[in-house]
Amino acid sequence: MMLGRLVTELLQVALLVGAAPLFVGWVRMLKCWTQGRTSASLLQPYRDLAKLFSKDVVLAENASWIFRFTPYLVFGTTIIAGAVVPMLTINLPLAPIADVIVLVGLFAIARFFTALAGMDIGTAFGGMGSSREMMVASLAEPAMLMAIFTVSLANKSTSLSHIAEVMYSGQSLLKPSLAFAFIAFILITLAETGRIPVDNPSTHLELTMLHEAMVLEYSGRHLALIEWAGMMKLFLFMALGSALFFPWGIAISDGPLEIAGAGIIILAKLAASGIVLVVIETGLAKMRLFRLTEFLGSAFLMATLGMLSFFILE
Amino acid sequence: MNLQIAAQINSFLAAFVLLTAFAMLVQKRIYSLIHIFAWQGLLLSINTAIVGYVANKHHLYISSIMTLSLKVFVLPYILHVLVVRLKIRKEVETLVNIPMTMLIGLALVIFSYHLMAPVSELSHLITKSTLAIALATVLIGLLMMITRKHAVTQIIGFLAMENGLFFAATSATYGMPLVVELGVALDVLIAAFIFGIFFFHIHTTFDSLDVEQMAKLKEGD
Repeated sequence: MMLGRLVTELLQVALLVGAAPLFVGWVRMLKCWTQGRTSASLLQPYRDLAKLFSKDVVLAENASWIFRFTPYLVFGTTIIAGAVVPMLTINLPLAPIADVIVLVGLFAIARFFTALAGMDIGTAFGGMGSSREMMVASLAEPAMLMAIFTVSLANKSTSLSHIAEVMYSGQSLLKPSLAFAFIAFILITLAETGRIPVDNPSTHLELTMLHEAMVLEYSGRHLALIEWAGMMKLFLFMALGSALFFPWGIAISDGPLEIAGAGIIILAKLAASGIVLVVIETGLAKMRLFRLTEFLGSAFLMATLGMLSFFILE
Repeated sequence: MNLQIAAQINSFLAAFVLLTAFAMLVQKRIYSLIHIFAWQGLLLSINTAIVGYVANKHHLYISSIMTLSLKVFVLPYILHVLVVRLKIRKEVETLVNIPMTMLIGLALVIFSYHLMAPVSELSHLITKSTLAIALATVLIGLLMMITRKHAVTQIIGFLAMENGLFFAATSATYGMPLVVELGVALDVLIAAFIFGIFFFHIHTTFDSLDVEQMAKLKEGD
């Protein structure tokens, strides 16, 4: 029984690591279509990663251990986060190691070290990227926590598995607080994963970069790990949204057939969320940096309204 | 329709009325502002119809239809025509910056929740929990009138306050008597016409609808 669950856990991590580039490829493909361009193959992100892994690492002379350590740490924390978010089944053996607040903390550690690594080399763009990233983080994290508190209040637990279980049973349907939390979650996802109104993931102009400016100095396998972790983070946020708000289709028992079905359903849900993401990104232009306070302020507002409406209306 | 579901739909609509109130509070573009105002009217009208159905009060249907025609079509149309005629294109200026306004708005929601908590205890209606939302909508409309410099947005704030009052009446007592509601609706309509005339006069006198220009009217200094 325990062995079966461990296998499921491993399967889930493998799904995250393996399918994240595919998901990014899908999003890029849809984006090309909406913009009337011919798209690269779905497997292009895998090829990019393979290319980066085969290249040499170029390190600045004054790079300290932080710079070399950060890619592994970012990759590692993302995998731990992936082991906690229920994607295939709600009976994850590793779920008790972290609830949803620790999950936010894991992302915060990765971000903290990326910001340090951006400043470590001492180039202008790295420092600028770090300071911008921290500005976005300081606004996005309170909103993220507020949204998560709202969901936790409505489902009476901070454990992701338990939240998914309560949502699955349908007791929390039609709650206005959850609708607000969901809107807030979408806005925060765009900010945390560096998508368009906040950051442009495909930009080549250093002055407009946020996340990319921090990792500008990375090369070779380091860059590959950071890019891969970024793809996994996007994948994870979509999976987290699905676990918190739409857990239907997830496996409740440990049967292999059910877990296989859950795997197919989660992939279908991710494909659908990719479409939503591309629709949002195509409809919006990147915001000026100083308008981000309004964008993330409204995320915070939504999350807080969700919490208030939980107390007032439910 | 059973009461439980009706109460849930009612609180959902209440939440969205609050959301539109906040959207108006932070919206900078005047056309979007008018659209959001129309949406709020639509939510109110649906809410009134549902409350009327649940409480079995048929006059609420009439006030629902009145809300629909007046607040979703007529008033936004009048405002739209005004904005087009007066050629108001630029973004609305606010006195306080947007995130700050949002925080004040949130504080107002918490305040009205605190104020209304004991009142809701006394009520036995299914809509009792939406009272706090109704008060918050009124206060946010007031806040909007305070933080905006432009006369047209101040009027939209005023109309939003009226929406809040209407919502309060429906949720506190299942609606005012029909005569009162007819009177209020007529008042709002007449007020909109008078506002329109005033806007034209302000515009021709000051060449702007920015109410700060009216400081010129002061004598002396």
